[in-house]
Amino acid sequence: MIDQLSWKVGGQQGEGIDSTGEIFAMALNRLGYYLYSYRHFSSRIKGGHTNNKIRVSTKQTRSISDDLDILVAFDQETIDVNIHEMRDGGVVIGDAKFNPAVPEGSKVRLFSVPFTEIANELGTSLMKNMVAIGATSAVLDLPAEAYIEVVEEIFLRKGAKVVEKNMEAIRKGAAYFTDAAGGPLEGFQLNKADGQKRMFMIGNDAIALGFVAGGVRFMSAYPITPASEIMEYLIKKLPQFGGTVIQTEDEIAAATMAIGANYAGVRTVTSSAGPGLSLMMESIGLAGMTETPLVIVDTQRGGPSTGLPTKQEQSDLMAMIYGTHGEIPKVVMAPSTAEEAFYDAVEALNIAEEYQCPVILLTDLQLSLGKQSVEPLDFKKVEIRRGALDLNAELPEVEGGYFKRYELTESGVSPRVIPGMKNGIHHVTGVEHDETGKPSEVASNRLKQMDKRLRKLKNLKFNTPVVKYTPNEEAELLLVGFNSTRGVIEEVIPRLEAEGIKVNHAHLRLIHPFPLKEMKELVDAGKKVVVIENNATGQLANILKMNLGSHEKIESILKYDGNPFLPSEVFNKCKELV
Amino acid sequence: MATFKEFRNSVKPNWCPGCGDFSVQASIQRAAANVGLEPDDLAVISGIGCSGRISGYIKSYGFHGIHGRVLPIAQGVKMANRDMTVIASGGDGDGFAIGMGHTVHAIRRNIDVTYIVMDNQIYGLTKGQTSPRSAEGFKTKSTPEGSVESAIGIMELALTAGATFVAQSFSSDLKELTSIIQKGIEHKGFSLINVFSPCVTYNKVNTYDWFKEHLTSLDTIEGYDSSNRMQAMQTLMEHDGLVKGIIYQNTQKQSYQDLAHGYSKDALAHADLNMDEQKFNDLVAEFM
Repeated sequence: MIDQLSWKVGGQQGEGIDSTGEIFAMALNRLGYYLYSYRHFSSRIKGGHTNNKIRVSTKQTRSISDDLDILVAFDQETIDVNIHEMRDGGVVIGDAKFNPAVPEGSKVRLFSVPFTEIANELGTSLMKNMVAIGATSAVLDLPAEAYIEVVEEIFLRKGAKVVEKNMEAIRKGAAYFTDAAGGPLEGFQLNKADGQKRMFMIGNDAIALGFVAGGVRFMSAYPITPASEIMEYLIKKLPQFGGTVIQTEDEIAAATMAIGANYAGVRTVTSSAGPGLSLMMESIGLAGMTETPLVIVDTQRGGPSTGLPTKQEQSDLMAMIYGTHGEIPKVVMAPSTAEEAFYDAVEALNIAEEYQCPVILLTDLQLSLGKQSVEPLDFKKVEIRRGALDLNAELPEVEGGYFKRYELTESGVSPRVIPGMKNGIHHVTGVEHDETGKPSEVASNRLKQMDKRLRKLKNLKFNTPVVKYTPNEEAELLLVGFNSTRGVIEEVIPRLEAEGIKVNHAHLRLIHPFPLKEMKELVDAGKKVVVIENNATGQLANILKMNLGSHEKIESILKYDGNPFLPSEVFNKCKELV
Repeated sequence: MATFKEFRNSVKPNWCPGCGDFSVQASIQRAAANVGLEPDDLAVISGIGCSGRISGYIKSYGFHGIHGRVLPIAQGVKMANRDMTVIASGGDGDGFAIGMGHTVHAIRRNIDVTYIVMDNQIYGLTKGQTSPRSAEGFKTKSTPEGSVESAIGIMELALTAGATFVAQSFSSDLKELTSIIQKGIEHKGFSLINVFSPCVTYNKVNTYDWFKEHLTSLDTIEGYDSSNRMQAMQTLMEHDGLVKGIIYQNTQKQSYQDLAHGYSKDALAHADLNMDEQKFNDLVAEFM
């Protein structure tokens, strides 16, 4: 019996590859297994190789695996492209239709199963995916009944007959494989899972759910990979709460419309990826200068320019910290799991209102689109804090008739009112201004307002700015990362420990303002600091050096070919660095 | 009820003496009072340029944004609080050069915002460069030999973009301008009001006298029907866009707010943001 298994299905885009993976994964999710799935796809809709790699485990896992146990192929290209990942003794199941072949000398076991033919016999070739799922299940010795719930959810609206046909396809696929192989294969049976019910979701879903729970009622956004799922979820859900989404003409409109709506008192978000964020830079400065709350999600993908639009990268870091001309208070948050993404989406909304400034919720493609098991979310942790805004305040009449929206205060945070409130009239401008918002170029006023804005984040309250694993007072290696590399680092640590290496781990959940105190302690306690990130120039490593010095002990492990790190890559480089 | 004086503040505009924008400011203040608004019911959103300063000169909620983005900000305000009256305003450079993309889409989206453009056919605040409304051959700092680009026929463009309220006026006709702005505010949907507002410093061609000589009032065209889009287009073309009055109004089409599925009839800004636990559990269950 085994504790984890890696499975992949591949074929041409538009052939139902995603849904094959989805049905397989959901069934295992219902049994209580932990799952992690990562899609390989291209910037096109039909055609081109696509695959969905799914890891099944009895323990939490958020990293793709080094190798592959089972490959389900709908075409020869799938075998050719993915065979190098197969472990010796692994199983390839191909549709008999294309006469599947593996390279000479390969140590995999190849089974040809007539997916399409069996499906056709049942009435439609569309069901070839179900036949493939059935064959897979026979390898794992998983009963067809494990799929009934999921199949019903998908097909019951088309009638009980369709459900039965699809179940029949699964059974036939399983029976064919069992006949061909002479029974379930040894070494592919998973230990029983804990049976716990868990969510299985992509990071973007977690963020979108966090936004809905956190009181977002309006969104203005422009479609882009890998961010669109956030917008799509809110389009479906916000009308249930009286809210709505506008698909704007571009990202500049998305950001400025969100600024207008936040100014007018509605929790409004926008989401995009690098190219969109580049367009939003001037707007981010406007939000900073006018002290308007604004939450923007940046789902990083391969850059620069259009770059690798469907591939993993973490190269927007510096742009998100420093982007916009001039100097403003800004918060950059970086959740590293779907669970954190949910809570951080809620918290980003609170921080934006409490500190009246833009907040970037940073993710990366692997976190945004990778699908993972999520432990039950705690509804009690969802709280809505609006800072200095009191919608029901009865404001006194003010001298001169203008409310001091930018009043100089010790914390730097000024009282906030929204349009429509009596005696709250004030002016808002991106031009330097006085306490009532009237433009002013007076030098002394400039200094006062600039200092006021910049001191707002001096005392930023942030729960867990660094996610830590620190079993060692003195560690040989401190591994540092942000966003989705958490999964691979957590996978590598036990392997390094098994070699007797003392490892600590720091994952930054707050990137900016830099969590200096926490990171200094951790860096001081490490002989070598290894920053693991998906970019070419070591952006996070440079942030560490800027803030902490310690140049001599900071090393980088970088990957920027568009693919997530494999555990073996990180493990091997860490060993070299010890 | 507030009078137009209550929409005044003590800020002295930094416009040149004789600038057309003074009358636009006065017309907005009068129109706001005429439709029965209180200063805190009104939000004036403005762009960047000489005319963009207008939000600071009217006693109301005001937001002076960034160059070219007045319309997305204004639409955001309206979507957040449909009870507010939202006026967007800026210059021809702001709206028809850098912000043209937003202008076209605000027109076709039809959110209830009144957009008043102070059109002087020149860039004033940057000291006299060509604008998308400058005529061919127009000499400016940036076109010393005369502009070789065509001027945008903005009213014609608005008609083809699906506008539901298209009007044009002249800043020296305070009475007509006030009345048009008033009708724009009352219109359910997006209203575009282009106001010829002469720049007395940098535009020595399109002067007050020039407009008086060249503008045709739609009142003088017999049988002009502002609900007839075809006639509106033809009239504009016949007069090279130099007409004033309400050119076109469609009172049949509903505003975006009224058409948006599920969008609350009450101001979103005052919505209860807390979710009940059962609803949350239902949303969570969809991922299990």
